[in-house]
Amino acid sequence: MSVDFTFDGRPMTARPGQTVGGALLAAGVQSWRTTRFGGKPRGLFCGIGVCFDCLVTVNGEPNVRACLAPVSAGDVVVTQVGDGRE
Amino acid sequence: MSSEAFDLAVIGAGPAGMAAAATAAEQGLRVALIEGGRQLGGQYFRQPGPGLTAPWLPKLHHGRSRFERLAARVETSPRIEVLFEHQVWAVEPGFTVLTDRGPVTAADVVLATGSYERVVPFPGWDLPGVFTAGGAQALLKGNLVLAGRRVVVAGTGPLLLPVAAGLATAGAKVLGLFEANRIRGYAKHPLPVLTNPAKLVEGIDFARQFIRNRVPVRSGLMVVEAQGTDFLEAVVVARPDGSGRRRIACDALAVGYGLVPQIDLGLTLGCEHRMLADGTVGLRVDTNQRTSVPGFYAAGETAGIAGVETSLVEGEIAGLAVAAAFARSRARQAAVPDAAAAPADLRRRRDRQRGFADVIRVQHPVPAAWRDHLTPDTLVCRCEEVPARAVTEAVEDLGACDARTVKLLTRAGMGWCQGRVCGYAVACLARRDPTEPPAATDLLAAAKRPLARPVPLGVLAEQDRRNK
Repeated sequence: MSVDFTFDGRPMTARPGQTVGGALLAAGVQSWRTTRFGGKPRGLFCGIGVCFDCLVTVNGEPNVRACLAPVSAGDVVVTQVGDGRE
Repeated sequence: MSSEAFDLAVIGAGPAGMAAAATAAEQGLRVALIEGGRQLGGQYFRQPGPGLTAPWLPKLHHGRSRFERLAARVETSPRIEVLFEHQVWAVEPGFTVLTDRGPVTAADVVLATGSYERVVPFPGWDLPGVFTAGGAQALLKGNLVLAGRRVVVAGTGPLLLPVAAGLATAGAKVLGLFEANRIRGYAKHPLPVLTNPAKLVEGIDFARQFIRNRVPVRSGLMVVEAQGTDFLEAVVVARPDGSGRRRIACDALAVGYGLVPQIDLGLTLGCEHRMLADGTVGLRVDTNQRTSVPGFYAAGETAGIAGVETSLVEGEIAGLAVAAAFARSRARQAAVPDAAAAPADLRRRRDRQRGFADVIRVQHPVPAAWRDHLTPDTLVCRCEEVPARAVTEAVEDLGACDARTVKLLTRAGMGWCQGRVCGYAVACLARRDPTEPPAATDLLAAAKRPLARPVPLGVLAEQDRRNK
């Protein structure tokens, strides 16, 4: 059994029970945000919801912590640019 | 949220919180166990997401049967209501525990919010592929995902051992475990080491795993640079003084310099704190795990980092102490001097384990030389993207003498993580004299948070309406 979702329009597959961040990293994606000032790539860092580095936009909602959010079938995950509200 | 008042609210469902909730419930109290995540266990007993499994999983989760026994005590208790996915942002006197899903009222509170990892900045530490050691561990335990194929584990402290062993067991090539401190110091403290034989056995077990998986273990070396353009490609390890530089190509780094007690809810409530030898601040507790605020208890890492065994015992002691206080007040004998509620053997176990934790603390300081490896462009605050240059300017040119002023001048610590990641580094850099350890007031400047979590304005407005 697997969970299908998309990342920046690309079809992706996760194992049920994984988080958005875990599923992306397992698929070889290391980064899903660019920073507000330097435009630098960011991905997982603390992995437990403390650092907020792994923020991502899920189903139109920005600033979701990828390390905590469970991935669900049909999720539309897109790279978050800056604060994600442009 | 139910408007029912509980006898006890336990914040955090890790080892200490689970033990406190189960124990208090078994003594007859009505308990709310409040947890931000979706599962019991906290960080140490982190469980894989529902349905996930792997052949190597049993090897990763030692102590699993112990977790299952504890989880059963919590889950089968008719007196415990477990509130998952409730993020606590403040505790008001009395007590009202404010969560993003509404308030929970309880006569007493046990703070069991555990800890988070201490990291110090170095060039390239913001590259994807650099993880905290605990972060790499959480990915593995919770998602069954490797942080990378070729991994370097570095920093200081006992957490590095299970992280490196876990990654190797799950199939990563661990290119090296670099402990920044020389570890021969343990020999100077024979008593706490010998009276905690389980720790010795654990250490020997890790050594065996490293030999079996060919994990090179080196002490006295630290990561001074991470290299790469859009993601990590290599790290440079060196002695703290910068000599003996060696480049190691890798796709992940798991780095950590110990743990920091997560005590913001207690500090905001006015609990007294104590500075510990490892440069962290914990809540001050008495023999019954009571803080200086009546009715408010702290168990496990919130009273100072001491590991899972201590957390389990202190949770139990706190649960018994809360129950005993209830029994006394019901019997209208509040004036009776309170003897320790927990049996003497529990307290002895706690004290023995705390003794061992105190030895660990002094063996694994952050090497003071970490700041010598910063470049002007190295980010100190990852959230607000504040480079070392700006912090240096605040201290040397603008006259900042404390962490709070550095924060106000540079925004370091004002971002999403509320200074959890950069707080230690800023407290160090606020000292003009690099040989001086960070001051307690500077560490507290980052640790005290009136809102412990980012809260939507709607939740704040709702709380305001309730108060009127």
